[in-house]
Amino acid sequence: MIRIDKLTKSFGKFRALDGIGLTLEKGQAVSLLGPNGSGKTTLIKSILGLVIPEKGSITINGQLIRNHPSYRANIGYMPQIGRYPDNMTIDQVLHMIKDIRKEHTQYDEELYVSFGLDKIKHKKMRTLSGGTRQKVSACIAFLFSPDIYILDEPTAGLDPVANELLKDKIAAECARGKLVLITSHVLSDLDGLTSHIIYLQDGQLMFHESIGQLQERTGETKLNKIIANILKNADRKQICIS
Amino acid sequence: MLTVSKYVFLDLLKNRSILVYTLVLAVLSFTLLGLDGNSAKGLLSLLNITLLFVPVITTLFSAIYFFNSLEFIELLLSQPVKRTGILLSEYAGMALSLSAAFVAGVGVPLMILLPVGASFVLILCGVMLTFVFTSIGLLIFVLSRDKTRGIGAAIIVSLFFTLLFDGLMMAFIFAFSEYPIDKAVVAMIGLNPVDLARILMLLQLDVAVLMGYSGALFKEFLGSSSGSIFAVGCMLIWIVAPLLLALRIFKKKDL
Repeated sequence: MIRIDKLTKSFGKFRALDGIGLTLEKGQAVSLLGPNGSGKTTLIKSILGLVIPEKGSITINGQLIRNHPSYRANIGYMPQIGRYPDNMTIDQVLHMIKDIRKEHTQYDEELYVSFGLDKIKHKKMRTLSGGTRQKVSACIAFLFSPDIYILDEPTAGLDPVANELLKDKIAAECARGKLVLITSHVLSDLDGLTSHIIYLQDGQLMFHESIGQLQERTGETKLNKIIANILKNADRKQICIS
Repeated sequence: MLTVSKYVFLDLLKNRSILVYTLVLAVLSFTLLGLDGNSAKGLLSLLNITLLFVPVITTLFSAIYFFNSLEFIELLLSQPVKRTGILLSEYAGMALSLSAAFVAGVGVPLMILLPVGASFVLILCGVMLTFVFTSIGLLIFVLSRDKTRGIGAAIIVSLFFTLLFDGLMMAFIFAFSEYPIDKAVVAMIGLNPVDLARILMLLQLDVAVLMGYSGALFKEFLGSSSGSIFAVGCMLIWIVAPLLLALRIFKKKDL
């Protein structure tokens, strides 16, 4: 579904992405992991066309993404920080997004109701807490039932109830054969949800494997144990080389 | 794409800074126009207020608003829409709401107290200046990497056009006073939208004494009517050029 080829992007002297090559398929729930500044957000923004790469290509459903905004109709994006115009109400924001996509008339408003946003839809965005704004972002991402979800730190700032609701929703969408790409630092949130792990470091792809392969390789079952195990071994290797 | 403009406009109408801006303009207009019977004097004072307030407030406010909308613009761009479309509609929403504030704050008092031709020209000047400096605010937003630097640039640019430019022009005229620089001075006025608005207004009022050296030259060279057309033309270029440049840069910008 998404094919990324030799993707390279630098900001000044800083190499944010360095020759990334990936293929993501339908029905996968892919976790994008890596330390701060490893290029996760840059990769996501490249897929969304918000960051323009220097080299390499991104193909979605066989279509090169350059200069064709129409491919984004297939993507639901939930940003890391949701900021909205101060004086708009939740209702207005959702209406605005719907107005932009007039051709689309069927909406998935399950989260809107289960998060209880319908009860506070006349509140202004300025008065909302960070978590509530995050809920609005989640609603927008799922609104048009796209084939691909890109969720940047979706669970950060959500209360436990909302967190579970969102995770259930993600799992349900995956089961329907959608592709979900998630970044998160809370590994326990990703447990049981993801099928594949992508690990980035300093803009380079360290590994891209399925959970099954990783469990076999490390002998661990929990995601945080797996990652810790791999990083420890990687460190040891580096020490051996030096 | 007008949908986005509509929502930006609605958001801005409820914005407190815009309300205060409108209110201050309205209070100033009523007091200046009501102060004495001499209507030309009142109009001139109002002109000076417009020429100082509109560029500074518009540039600063629009740049700050655009910077604050950055995340929202990103979210909108994750929808299947073109970058230029979103930026243009943000621009239109901003320019229209600031113009509405100006028309409500200065236009309405003028229409009530002094409904003459020159008043219309003043309103036109204010609205055009609003569009010009919203374009400049947008350009600053697109060019700057972070908000702090962007706001700094907005302050410097607006002060440059309202205060510094005249000083530089004076220095230029003084330094080259022995040469035939008349045409160069007229051309230089075209480089400053604030001066263009001033001259456009003064040509209407026909108060050559108040026009200063550059204004007098302007009238001498171009006459009242062609001078007005020249000034309006230059202002339109000042609206379109920064806007097109901003759109071009934004197409390739990393967000």
